[in-house]
Amino acid sequence: MSTTAQRRAIHGGGSSLDDAFGDDRQVTNYRTGRGEPGLPSSSAKRLANGLGWFSIGLGLAELLAPRAIASISGVSKERTGLIRLYGLREIASGITIFAQEKPTEGVWSRVAGDALDLASLGMAFTSPNAKTGRLAFATANVLAVTALDVMCARQLSANGSQGIHASGTCIVNRSPEEVYTFWRRFENLPRFMRHLESVEDLGGGRSRWRARGPAGMEVQWEATIVADDPGRVITWRSLEGSDVDNAGAVRFERAPGGRGTIVKVNMEYMPIGGALGAAVAKLFGEEPEQQMDDDLRRFKQVMEVGEVVVSEATLMGTGYMEQRPGRPPTASELERADMLPSQTATNFESTRGSTSYRSEGGSEGRTTQR
Amino acid sequence: MKANCWYGKTMLSVEEVPDPQILNQQDAIVKISSTAICGSDLHLYNGFIPTMQRGDILGHEFMGEVVEIGREVRNLKVGDRVVVPFPIACGKCFFCEGKMFSLCENTNPNAWMAEKVFGHAGAGIFGYSHLTGGYAGGQAEYARVPFADVGPIKVPPELTDEQVLFLSDVFPTGYMGVEMCDIKPGDTIAIWGCGPIGQFSIRSAFMLGAERVFAIDQVPERLRMAEAGGAETINYEEENVYEVLMEKTGGRGPDACVDDVGMEAHGPAAIFAYDRLKQAMMLQTDRPHALREAIMCCRNGGTVSVIGVYGGFMDKFPIGSVMQRSLTIKTGQAHVQRYMRPLLERIQNGEIDPSFVVTHTMPLHEAPRAYDMFKNKEDNCIKVVLKPDGSWNGDGAAAKDDSYTVLH
Repeated sequence: MSTTAQRRAIHGGGSSLDDAFGDDRQVTNYRTGRGEPGLPSSSAKRLANGLGWFSIGLGLAELLAPRAIASISGVSKERTGLIRLYGLREIASGITIFAQEKPTEGVWSRVAGDALDLASLGMAFTSPNAKTGRLAFATANVLAVTALDVMCARQLSANGSQGIHASGTCIVNRSPEEVYTFWRRFENLPRFMRHLESVEDLGGGRSRWRARGPAGMEVQWEATIVADDPGRVITWRSLEGSDVDNAGAVRFERAPGGRGTIVKVNMEYMPIGGALGAAVAKLFGEEPEQQMDDDLRRFKQVMEVGEVVVSEATLMGTGYMEQRPGRPPTASELERADMLPSQTATNFESTRGSTSYRSEGGSEGRTTQR
Repeated sequence: MKANCWYGKTMLSVEEVPDPQILNQQDAIVKISSTAICGSDLHLYNGFIPTMQRGDILGHEFMGEVVEIGREVRNLKVGDRVVVPFPIACGKCFFCEGKMFSLCENTNPNAWMAEKVFGHAGAGIFGYSHLTGGYAGGQAEYARVPFADVGPIKVPPELTDEQVLFLSDVFPTGYMGVEMCDIKPGDTIAIWGCGPIGQFSIRSAFMLGAERVFAIDQVPERLRMAEAGGAETINYEEENVYEVLMEKTGGRGPDACVDDVGMEAHGPAAIFAYDRLKQAMMLQTDRPHALREAIMCCRNGGTVSVIGVYGGFMDKFPIGSVMQRSLTIKTGQAHVQRYMRPLLERIQNGEIDPSFVVTHTMPLHEAPRAYDMFKNKEDNCIKVVLKPDGSWNGDGAAAKDDSYTVLH
């Protein structure tokens, strides 16, 4: 996978954000739906749906009328058991296709099934009483469908390689001006964006960002503001030579009825290690949309209550794998805690030492584990 | 400190855990003097609520003394005696401003889990699974209480723990259950479930102007307590609830029906077996018998109030009856913070003494036995108050003494 090609996706063109940056009309119209990373193009998805229905239809026919199928395709009528089994396989492929948002595996499973069908038809040709005319007709049909399957599967597979897009939205009980002002001071972003270590304002719309990548790797980049419309929108993108190419846009809308501000964020970045890196990160619970949601939830907390709200269970993070029991942390757990309020608006240090009550004759036999 | 921890279906262990400490600047640490077991804790105990994790501390009805406060706490000081409401609310978001505290947008860090199950998330709750935030619960010697300026209410020294403890949940919950019925003078209210919340619903219904209250359950001691509160009782194992209610209301039905039961409803054997089987097979998570019956019994144009806890999905919900007969369904986790002060005033005025509901007082370390007793209604158990170890040396029998005073 070529890095330059990936860069082109962000710096060159083809990215939804790129379109948004240059043109003010589009800035206010950029996509606000929840983008799925590598969402399939609509034509590939339509084709996949068609193949899915075909799978289910053929599968049902094979399951319910195996003798008719055997007769049409010129296969021995003693093979009805096998045909029924293939019917089940077809139905499974169909269901997989409809169950997936992006049915790559479902369509590839059809390709594998086609190979099996072709092999079985090949075997049938070798039978002494083979009806070669019907077999040839069936084989031609399977080959045609196979071509469609392969095309569709390749399209679906190719779609994922253009960088990761994440979008999210939240509503904050503050005016757009206040929310914009807080966000525009990029130094504030690490207070709610979990992966950011620091952002430094270099002046002239430029800033230096430091973040933790997968496996604790430190990455950094410089970014420049592309569009800045106070109280409405900020867009930024990384400069050439960044560890992680990325671009983002945040838009602030006054909510109806004076109910605060609707915040909409779109971000796009090249995952470290390309698509493989992104897949590995996902395995470790680094789901971009989830991260965005969590970051925005913390943003709302910081804006509304002044700090990030933590529960005992979420001291290491809010992901499913990061949950710890809902009980007070040990001292070592607290040290490893992912999101301590020291990163937030108020300073955490002052009361940490005040443990006076614990010496005032609490209950007997209580141990202090720290 | 010692705390009552969940380790799986009907598996509890009272064990040593680290002491809580301030994690947010609006936190307070409360040294617990009394903590109760809620009927909804039994849903956790029986394994019906997903996203529990081994080692979670249970408990969301507790009170005690403030022993430490975060830098941003303004309304409380060390030494204050407080009752803590079970929903955790920030006081600043859209819902808190609208006094819908149990829907607070900022107190559930695991909101994504709740969103997956419910579409949207509600507030964080103490000791009530990870999808309500994963907060450590209050069946312990100490608890960390976030947003100490918003939730805890100071209580006067002349009232005993047992008189004010239930401001944390069951009294406001029972009260909201009937408040949602918009009772008009002369109304007839039917209440399903005579556990502690049902008991408070019965008494609150009269406070709010109801003329007749019917109470439905099958446990004799609960029915007796309901009668003591002025309700006419129906034992669903002995009588057909619908027929009795129609007979007593001239066939029109009660003006409002309150479901104080929730997801683990029992009912006449055949229907119960059908719903329990589907629940066991995961075809539904919630058993709907009480709610179904409440809907079918309610008069045309009446209100069905659902305050018993439901957690997932149910089957055979009689939507036709709701729509064809102009019923209003109102529901929600109690917005406890909204009710604490007015209900405390009613207690101070002598309108109600919530301690009537306590049948058992036990030391914290006996929590596993207490859950078992409460679940199986052993020894006429209706409500258990737990006292952290060292502050209570009773024998588990019904207690109305002032044992809490040894804490002060």
